[in-house]
Amino acid sequence: MGAGATAIGLSTLNIAGLNLAKAASSDIPVSDEEMTSFPTYCEVCFWKCAGWAYVDKNKNIRKIIGNTEDPHCNGRLCPRGTGGVGMYTDEDRLKTPLIRETVNGEQVFRKASWEEALDLVASKMKDVAYKYGPASFALFNHGAPGSHFKHLLHAYGSENEGEPAWAQCRGPREVGFSATFGSWIGSPEPTDIRDTNCLVLIGSHIGENMHNGQVQEVADIIGRNATIITVDPRLSTVAAKSKYWLPIKPATDLALLLTWIHVLIYDNLYNKDYVEQYTMGFDLLKEHVKDMTPEWAYGITTIDPATIRKTAREMANAAPSVIVHPGRHVVWYGDDSQRERAIAILNALLGSWGKRGGFYFKESVAIPKYPHPAYPHPEWSWKDNLDGKYPLSSMAITTEMLAASIPEMGYKHQIKAWIVAGTNLPLTIPNKDLFKNAAEAVEFIAVVDTMPMEITGYADVVLPECTYLERYDTLRAAPHREPNVALRMPAVEPKYETKPSWWIAKQLGERLGLADYYNYDDYADVLDWQLKKMGTSLEEMRRIGIKKFDRQSGPLYLADGEEYHFNTNSGKIELYSTEFADLGFDPMPVFTKHPEPEDGFYRLIYGRAPMHTFSRTSNNHNLFDLMNENAVWVNPKVAELWDLKNGQMVHLKNQDGITSTFPVKVRVTERIRWDSVYMVHGFGHDNKKLTRSFGRGASDTQLITNVMVDPMMGGTGMRGNFVTFITDKPGKEAEA
Amino acid sequence: MRYAMAIDTRKCVGCSDCVVACQTENNVPHGYCRDWIVENVSGAYPIVEVELRSERCNHCENSPCVRCCPTGASHIVEGGIVMVTHDECIGCGACIQSCPYDARYSHPDGYVDKCTFCQHRLQKGQNTACVEVCPTKCLHFGDIEDPYSDVSLALKNRTWKVLAPEAGTKPQLYFLT
Ligand code: SF4
Ligand code: SF4
Ligand code: SF4
Repeated sequence: MGAGATAIGLSTLNIAGLNLAKAASSDIPVSDEEMTSFPTYCEVCFWKCAGWAYVDKNKNIRKIIGNTEDPHCNGRLCPRGTGGVGMYTDEDRLKTPLIRETVNGEQVFRKASWEEALDLVASKMKDVAYKYGPASFALFNHGAPGSHFKHLLHAYGSENEGEPAWAQCRGPREVGFSATFGSWIGSPEPTDIRDTNCLVLIGSHIGENMHNGQVQEVADIIGRNATIITVDPRLSTVAAKSKYWLPIKPATDLALLLTWIHVLIYDNLYNKDYVEQYTMGFDLLKEHVKDMTPEWAYGITTIDPATIRKTAREMANAAPSVIVHPGRHVVWYGDDSQRERAIAILNALLGSWGKRGGFYFKESVAIPKYPHPAYPHPEWSWKDNLDGKYPLSSMAITTEMLAASIPEMGYKHQIKAWIVAGTNLPLTIPNKDLFKNAAEAVEFIAVVDTMPMEITGYADVVLPECTYLERYDTLRAAPHREPNVALRMPAVEPKYETKPSWWIAKQLGERLGLADYYNYDDYADVLDWQLKKMGTSLEEMRRIGIKKFDRQSGPLYLADGEEYHFNTNSGKIELYSTEFADLGFDPMPVFTKHPEPEDGFYRLIYGRAPMHTFSRTSNNHNLFDLMNENAVWVNPKVAELWDLKNGQMVHLKNQDGITSTFPVKVRVTERIRWDSVYMVHGFGHDNKKLTRSFGRGASDTQLITNVMVDPMMGGTGMRGNFVTFITDKPGKEAEA
Repeated sequence: MRYAMAIDTRKCVGCSDCVVACQTENNVPHGYCRDWIVENVSGAYPIVEVELRSERCNHCENSPCVRCCPTGASHIVEGGIVMVTHDECIGCGACIQSCPYDARYSHPDGYVDKCTFCQHRLQKGQNTACVEVCPTKCLHFGDIEDPYSDVSLALKNRTWKVLAPEAGTKPQLYFLT
């Protein structure tokens, strides 16, 4: 390993076909003074770090640097944000609107003008509204473009909008924590890691998930030797840096959490004053966990009782400056809301909610609503389709919206057409058949994206969005310790014929007779109006990028003994959930066993790499240079059994007989248990228009066909899939 | 004055931000890099250790690359920074062979390139691009002869190692363990 071949140790990769053609004549770095910097906030992931895009005299974006005032990043973007310039320079970007056509029986895309493409989308929207009512037009979205299309759909008469963020990601933790504390976790998480003495991670691989400010705070506490306890069947990066790594048997986390609760209570380690003052249901909880001893948990989790007791004691010693982290992507086994509840209960017993080094009280600044007429009342919404199922879903369930798109599924209200903005559903939604059948069933699909992601292959019309570096967008006002607002403005003109989402949505709105909802010429006017109401201006924000405001909601933490009303039914922290009980769910979490792999199969665990975001960055040249494929991590014992060599290409086949389209490299490593394999999510692209990432690595999503649905909120548990190796299939596809 | 860098392997998460920041700062062409990440795994499940470290040119005090360069393109400037003058480099690659750290590469434009400790930034009083970007703040840089520089303070009270000490090159990257 060394200079030249960009490489990181964990993937034994060689860059094939070095880009020799590129004459880098201007290799001398341009000094910052010769460039102009424009404020932006990053769109390479949901953390939305504020930064500066540096543009040289030839209107090239040379680099992106974090804004030192921004609490999301503290002046340091993560590798993806630093490499965000690759989103702009990617030559595979969508360049013009495209319309699907049938030529000689074959489906092809032809280039179209904006005029024609927008007219077509608007006419389809009118048509669908006329035939089925506007509510049958749905939106799937992620990130900043979503807000512009939500406004459009609301004005048009549909509330059917869903993001994978709920049912494919963090929904369960919001359910579990709101049942307990009456508050969502939200994003960024209000975990006071900076000041904690003990951080407990349940499968959360901070440092591989590069949630920037959070990673920075974890690094800080590593620096000052705070206790970190990591529970993970894999030796994640942070597990390797933890005082305790608990290599748990997968799918048994809830048993460990329950026994920790048992130890805290029965060894008298819980925070008595806090529990007495703020919680209800303690006696019921005490009775509930009576038999859940470390010895009981040992047989389930394979974590020995002494370690269980010792780690519980570590937490108690640190309390209330302790965080049992809720995690983020937590749809694992279908009982995820209950697992999150157990995490919330542990925090309650430790008294960490509202305490320094625990969870702080977050606050965000309210963005004034730019005036527009009231939205029409939609004829129906996604919730009406659930018939009482998933009563705790407070955001739409994407998978339910897909099912409602298939007439044979017999839903009361049917979805007939989609706009998909900024989310690559085929590599996001488990159980690909559901997605495929839904996409085939609907009458019309418009896709808004910057890249030819797989989802564009299903579109009738493709609308090319410019990247975040080329557009104004909604203001960022995420909650944090200090309320703040951040601006995104264009650093350069949109490349090719791409357009910002606000413009696309406005154009459609005007064609639909909704011009009243778009009472401005340029989105910059909206921003300036909002910012002036907030006591700043577009002009000022262009200079500073981010502005902080004084807190209005009171201090970050509870004072000792301070009266506090929690937003639950009882006004207390609910150790016994009245909300769950009323709905007929277990008021306190109960451990259930989950299926285990058959002989010769291994549980498929997936996760993140710090240099990529889902499937959206794998073609980004800067980030491709850092990691250009995923690998399947295999324990050496398993490798020996199968005679697998490090670097060998294999296909993976799951319990339902689904085989990965592409082969994937084997990484033989002691960092993974023998009953599991691990892959980084987001690889295995099968769209040839992604010229760099096509066919590189395998898609975990493709192998996730067994979905365990959370009956409380509709989350799609994805960790119940098992794979085996196919070694005799030629690895040709990868080189295609 | 002698510039040096300390890399805190306990904090580094191997994210490669230092790699991509160097690429954008120094216009390193795609497919090449001046710094890179190494991961070492030792032990057997479940007693396993992982070391992650960000590597680059060691700016050795006793630098074999400078000695073997036939044209003098490779040379040492103030602060001990090992530099390559692109115009004088004939791309023979002798230095690449001589470097025990594999820190140099052939630039597609026909010369040899490597880490400069971001000399163009140091001259303006800025820190190196990789140090500035690292989200875990695990990179420390400065004048090792100044006891109060960031690098000297980072080395204080910590154990450290250098790579390939047997090569006798007196490298200036210190890995905190
Ligand atoms: S964490 Fe990284 S990718 Fe996400 S917004 Fe921040 S810089 Fe961008
Ligand atoms: S940026 Fe920092 S944490 Fe990331 S790999 Fe480089 S040195 Fe390590
Ligand atoms: S000091 Fe500068 S040139 Fe050297 S690796 Fe860091 S960023 Fe690159």
